[in-house]
Amino acid sequence: MGLIIEAIVTGILTGGVYALMSSGLTLIFGVMDIINIAQGILVILGAYLSYVLQQQLHIDLFLGLLITMPVMFGFGVLIEFVFIRPLKRDRTMLSLLVMYGLALVIEGVLNLIFSADLVQLQGWYTTASFNVAGFYLSYIYVFGFLLAVVLLAGLYWLVYRTKFGFSLRASMQNRVAAELIGIDVERVSAITFGIGIALAAAGGMAFGATNAFDAASSYDLISRVLAIIIFGGMGSLSGALIASVGMLVVEDVTSVVWSPVWASTVFFILLVIILVVRPQGLLGQAEVRKQ
Amino acid sequence: MSLLETQGVTKAFGGIQALNSCSISVEQGSITGLIGPNGSGKTTLFNVMTGYERVDGGQIRFEGRAITNASPDKVFRLGMGRTFQLTRVFPRLTVLENMHVAAQRNDLKGLFSRWSSTHEQRRALELLDFVGLTKHKNLPAGNLSYGQKKLLEFAFVLIAEPRVILLDEPAGGVNPTMINYLTSRIRALNERGVTFLIVEHNMEFVMGLCSRIMVMHRGTKIAEGTPVEVRANPAVLEAYLGD
Amino acid sequence: MKILKMVGVLALLACAIIFPQVFTDPTVTTIGVFTLIFAAVATGWNILGGYSGYISLGHIAYFGIGAYAMAIFCLHWNIPGGYEPFSLVPLAAVIAAVVSIPLGWIALRVRRHTFIVITIAMFFIMQLLAYNLIWLTNGSTGLGLPLPVSWGGYFYNYPFYYAALILLVIATLVSWWIRNSKFGLGLLAIRDDEDRALGLGVKTGASKLAAFVIAAFFAGAAGAIYAYFVESIYPATIFDPNFDVAVVLMVFLGGLGTLPGPILGALILEPLQQYLNLQYGEAGYNLIILGGIFLLVMLLLPRGILPTLQDMWTKYRSMREQESPLQAEGGIVITALPGVGRSTAGRAESAPTAIAPNQNEPGEGINV
Repeated sequence: MGLIIEAIVTGILTGGVYALMSSGLTLIFGVMDIINIAQGILVILGAYLSYVLQQQLHIDLFLGLLITMPVMFGFGVLIEFVFIRPLKRDRTMLSLLVMYGLALVIEGVLNLIFSADLVQLQGWYTTASFNVAGFYLSYIYVFGFLLAVVLLAGLYWLVYRTKFGFSLRASMQNRVAAELIGIDVERVSAITFGIGIALAAAGGMAFGATNAFDAASSYDLISRVLAIIIFGGMGSLSGALIASVGMLVVEDVTSVVWSPVWASTVFFILLVIILVVRPQGLLGQAEVRKQ
Repeated sequence: MSLLETQGVTKAFGGIQALNSCSISVEQGSITGLIGPNGSGKTTLFNVMTGYERVDGGQIRFEGRAITNASPDKVFRLGMGRTFQLTRVFPRLTVLENMHVAAQRNDLKGLFSRWSSTHEQRRALELLDFVGLTKHKNLPAGNLSYGQKKLLEFAFVLIAEPRVILLDEPAGGVNPTMINYLTSRIRALNERGVTFLIVEHNMEFVMGLCSRIMVMHRGTKIAEGTPVEVRANPAVLEAYLGD
Repeated sequence: MKILKMVGVLALLACAIIFPQVFTDPTVTTIGVFTLIFAAVATGWNILGGYSGYISLGHIAYFGIGAYAMAIFCLHWNIPGGYEPFSLVPLAAVIAAVVSIPLGWIALRVRRHTFIVITIAMFFIMQLLAYNLIWLTNGSTGLGLPLPVSWGGYFYNYPFYYAALILLVIATLVSWWIRNSKFGLGLLAIRDDEDRALGLGVKTGASKLAAFVIAAFFAGAAGAIYAYFVESIYPATIFDPNFDVAVVLMVFLGGLGTLPGPILGALILEPLQQYLNLQYGEAGYNLIILGGIFLLVMLLLPRGILPTLQDMWTKYRSMREQESPLQAEGGIVITALPGVGRSTAGRAESAPTAIAPNQNEPGEGINV
């Protein structure tokens, strides 16, 4: 029983981190109708950035976010400007393929620079742990979760309480109508993309501190993040949050109750189930038939 | 005999009541017009009748049979054709190919050739001839002018031999010569027994063509009669001018 | 014109047949085998992605299923090396196709954008299953396939080459057949306007699923041949996202939705990829270059080589036509005629000219 509780707690905590990575992706989809398949490798990029800051400049991982997040934000805006904005027709499809190509390039570069050796981010909190309810929990899990909570709360505030957030939600619902009331949809898109990537940077740090990784880890990541946002409903922030925590908890509990080997498969089985039962995801919108 | 009728149909989109207990009836063999100010629910009525929207309440009957909330392809197969306000043809297929997509209904041997039979191919060419698009049969439909696309849409709705055709603003954005041509085509088909229900804003077109006119306002029918009767009806005037 | 096309196709086929006899270097024929295998996958994929517009970014999963099916059959039925395993290729393809039915049904319940993502997720599920179903797939240790020891030297590649060629020919024929059938027309209509097609009576659900399964069939068959060729398979090497990218890129490069496009794309891309792997496979260079090519193609040539060439040809021809007066035709084509009057007035006035002659025969010969 204790193991199950531990699994649930870990699941919730890591779920928070995945929520960070997924919310950026679902936000981008909601506003721009674009599936950023490069999110996985961008998370890893963020992780490597934190790694470099820590190894070379001895900057604490969390403090380092003050550098990596703005940098990745700028990188995100740049990507949007160079690779996505020029696409006029068939945006969703072409952007997916373009981002796939970009992801390959980034993966290749990372491979080149860092080779295929697994690394993990270090800090006093990754090794120290404290005792709770009979098991030991590494501080990093809690801190990572808190980071996720803070950032996601900030995101919610941004989206629901600010003028920019209003523009963002308007663009999400109806691009044309938003333009007609004077919203610069292009600018909103670029900034949203940047935010999504900045969140990836944060997620990357948290991920990198709790997992050993290399460039190839991006595949596993992106498949999970995609599954999460489909489960939660593409374009829904709350959906991403619920799905992240929910799926991770189920996975961790399965790992304990059944076997670690099947845990990740269960993750995807959940995806298949939701697709059969409710294709639009938990909080997604049902496909509307165009007249 | 009432070919197509709705009884007390209601439909709301969020806070907006598009259809408010709307009951209309279309006589077999007639050319019936459906007019009303913008927002009166004409297109929504079309959409629920042809299966593109679901009703919140009420009934729709075609040839006595209930077809409420049936899917568009079922409605089409039952013999009700429909055109759209903004023409929807298949832009990357040629004009002739567009015709053949509409002929899907009669397929079984669809795997072996484009046409189920030479009969079908002949029919497609005849219909193209009927609307005057034969010359352009191998052109991608996306290259046609707006008026020509309307004609094409008209043609491929016809290939399924529907018993009633719902036309959604057929004269919209089309020049007078084309309008006359359309009128002549509709009359020709009506003589052969096809019933028409036409939504239109062009009063001249409607008054000149339709034997019977229904007026909608705020989601329900407020008047009905011959063109002369409707034109003189004070409620109709108020609906158009009042809001 | 049609005869010219037929002659051209036969000539190409003849070249393909003679190719390995002339260029006997095993390195070259190996690239040939891979090219043919992936051309077959691409051609099959094009039936779904090109004709219906539903881009499946994970169809390589079925390639993997075919590969594993082949390996498992050979293992359990003790098939020796030689020609026998080739007879199992159709069976492996059928397995892949059967698996694709429920998966395709699930995936096709959503529209295009979500569909793409789901196919990716399904690909990863397959990879996971390959790792985890150890009793079946031997997990990460992989499976070996029988070795045809009697084939030596440069001859070794020949049976694989011709098997792949036969597969490609079949795939192309099926693709051509579909394109000219009502089924294919339905798919193209779905691509242009799915709801309208549905409203006109096209069985969109069944058509899409059929295309999905056919694409899976050919991917599976190709995977089976591939597995036998490379002699041993592992979850990581068979369920490789890069194969997926490569196949999709091939189709896009050659021309999505065209018949020869996938083959052209394969002819360009596969040798390039093999070369890159050989030269730069160690570091990350091959990924960078592949990704770079991908980006360039997507940004510069999104429609692919063949359609772009076709556009250029059409433009050239209509520019020639610009010389002669156009009163008789009057305002039919609205694009590609710069200098000729494109005002709506010009177009509208000429419409009656084209249709007036028929006004006097209302409904003649038409059964309404």
